[in-house]
Amino acid sequence: MDNSELLKVKTKTSGQVVFVVAGLVLSLLLLSQIGTQTEWSERARNIGSQPRLWPAIALAVMVAGFAIHYWLMRQRRPNALDWVETRRWSEPLEYLVWFLIYVAAVPRLGFMPMSILFACALTYRLGYRHKAALAIAAGFAIAMVVLFKGLLGVNIPGGQIYELLPDSVRTFFLVYL
Amino acid sequence: MDLILSAVDVLARWDVMLALLVGAVGGVAIGAIPGVGPAVAIAILLPATFSMDPIVGLTLLLGIYGSSMYGGSIPAILINTPGTAVNALTTYDGFPMTLRGEGRRALSLAYSASFLGGIFSVVCLIFLSPVLAKIAPMFGSREIFLAALLGLVLVVVAHKGQMAIAAALAGFGILVGTVGLEPAAYTRRYTFGQSWLAGGFDLIVVVLGLFALSQAFLLLTMDDEKIRLPRSRGSLFQGFRELAKHPRVAGIAASFGVVMGMIPGVGEFTAQFMSYTTARRLSKNPRAFGHGSSEGLIASEAANNAVPAAAMIPLLALGIPGEALTAMMLSVFYVHNVVPGPGLFQNDMDFVVALYIALLVLNLIVVGFLLVSTGWLVHLTRIPNRFLGMCILLLSFVGVYSIRNSAMDCIIAAVFGLLGFILKRLNMPIVPIILGMVLGGIMEVKLRASLARVKTPLDFIDRPIAFLLFCVILIIIGSTIWRVRKEWQPVDRRTLQKKASNTFSKRISGRSHRHFENRKKQQRRRRFYDHVGS
Repeated sequence: MDNSELLKVKTKTSGQVVFVVAGLVLSLLLLSQIGTQTEWSERARNIGSQPRLWPAIALAVMVAGFAIHYWLMRQRRPNALDWVETRRWSEPLEYLVWFLIYVAAVPRLGFMPMSILFACALTYRLGYRHKAALAIAAGFAIAMVVLFKGLLGVNIPGGQIYELLPDSVRTFFLVYL
Repeated sequence: MDLILSAVDVLARWDVMLALLVGAVGGVAIGAIPGVGPAVAIAILLPATFSMDPIVGLTLLLGIYGSSMYGGSIPAILINTPGTAVNALTTYDGFPMTLRGEGRRALSLAYSASFLGGIFSVVCLIFLSPVLAKIAPMFGSREIFLAALLGLVLVVVAHKGQMAIAAALAGFGILVGTVGLEPAAYTRRYTFGQSWLAGGFDLIVVVLGLFALSQAFLLLTMDDEKIRLPRSRGSLFQGFRELAKHPRVAGIAASFGVVMGMIPGVGEFTAQFMSYTTARRLSKNPRAFGHGSSEGLIASEAANNAVPAAAMIPLLALGIPGEALTAMMLSVFYVHNVVPGPGLFQNDMDFVVALYIALLVLNLIVVGFLLVSTGWLVHLTRIPNRFLGMCILLLSFVGVYSIRNSAMDCIIAAVFGLLGFILKRLNMPIVPIILGMVLGGIMEVKLRASLARVKTPLDFIDRPIAFLLFCVILIIIGSTIWRVRKEWQPVDRRTLQKKASNTFSKRISGRSHRHFENRKKQQRRRRFYDHVGS
């Protein structure tokens, strides 16, 4: 076992051809749009100042890289295993939707309430349904809000729902929770 | 001496010390949880550091970067799962030692070797500083352009077996960096008439998507594992005594870490692999490597812990990040109007020395913390994968949304998260995208500035450092092409069944050939005996 053998990383075979072909098609598509999506400036003093130069270099490298990888692949046509792997790529879409719902809800319902709700609901969805797991999830959400918004003061706006609170506590909720 | 005193003055603040402590403890804890890693933690914390002083923010991030590998050795040794990706080789010798009931000895060796690597690297950095301060001002636009190009070439070349795809992904990173308004002529590039693309892609949004969200998606779609923590005996201090018996291995490993850390695009992986194989070659007992060799453990841990401090050299001296974590730190510098590069060494040397001292103190804090807390840190490995995924998803929101309260940023991060998930599933590299994005931007600015000052193409390399860098790039590209051509084998595209059938028929044909040869020999022999008999 020499260095080169240790340093060699093996790309997963199944699904690879689908990804590489998609990358190649996307690169070619973007390259075909270079005339309309970038400008060739007549006023540019040298080639380095041309707005089109770097997108052109990037796309040329992408096309060459994907094409060479495709050309070197042992199996160039997708088989059943490739499609099984491709289907697995859609699995996180559910969690992506969860994430986007959370993003949309925080400015309206507030960072603290939504974080607790989101953490507990997702924990329940993941199969941890006993009270201890839900309590830990809620505890984590509270700790996160206190640390980031309360102590570190990160820029997350207060929820619109806090406007309904009495004056005495509204500012505290808007600033810290 | 005045410089050191002013650097100590920069550090002697309660907020800096607190950041160092939190970074050190947090980094160890993050490293001890398989599936999180420093990249995820730094990506999430990055926006939170924007409101801090540059030294406080950088100390916190450096603390996480420098200490996570210490923590990563705990699950690598005890449960055969590297806590961070760079602890992969630690499992080779650490886990067999645990199986022999020597887990605490292995942990102690890993801590002491990591400590030595970390301290050695900072000491090298301190001694190199005067040299760097002299060399850094010699880097003008063209030298920085060539150094960035060298970094990009090395990132591609370092991914052996995946060079073409690494190049394609680096190209993708450069393209992502060019989207939006072009800074010189203010023309739009690849915005497709969409106003939300006019501002381009924020580096931190992309980083959070590719590292944090992708990891959350990966963990959420995984199954939980049952982890049994084995019993082990021994003292956590014995490794320090044992390390003294292997000064050569430790020294070589730490040197590899420093050298590889300084070269952009190479990093911890290459450092520990090179040091491990060298240690095995030089060892009196090479067969023990991979079966619980203390030398192997020292070689891998000392090398990977020497990298963080060394990786700061190209970042601080030239403003060129060598890998994803230093690329993230670059954005912290920019946010605070501290421009890393030759000017930093001339104008803010006390700031640079303060960072070195912070790294030195960090190693002391981490080792002290590990010696008292290993007992409970091991329980962090028991956090279920999917629960961890939920936590990272929540934290990623804080990271992305706090940058500019934009839901569009969250959507962009989610899309990059999906891309990162696919790349991780395919075992393809993510780092070239980040470095392409960062180095592509640097290269564009520096090429524009330098071409304005040259008349002929050859003027571009008429200065000694520019010429040297140009030659190094040519040598690396040339040697890579030569090596690839030498190792070239025609791609075998036959199916497994076809290959198996061909092998079988070859074997049969060989056998039938041998069978007939034997028969002929027997017949000849018989005829011969017949003849003798007659």
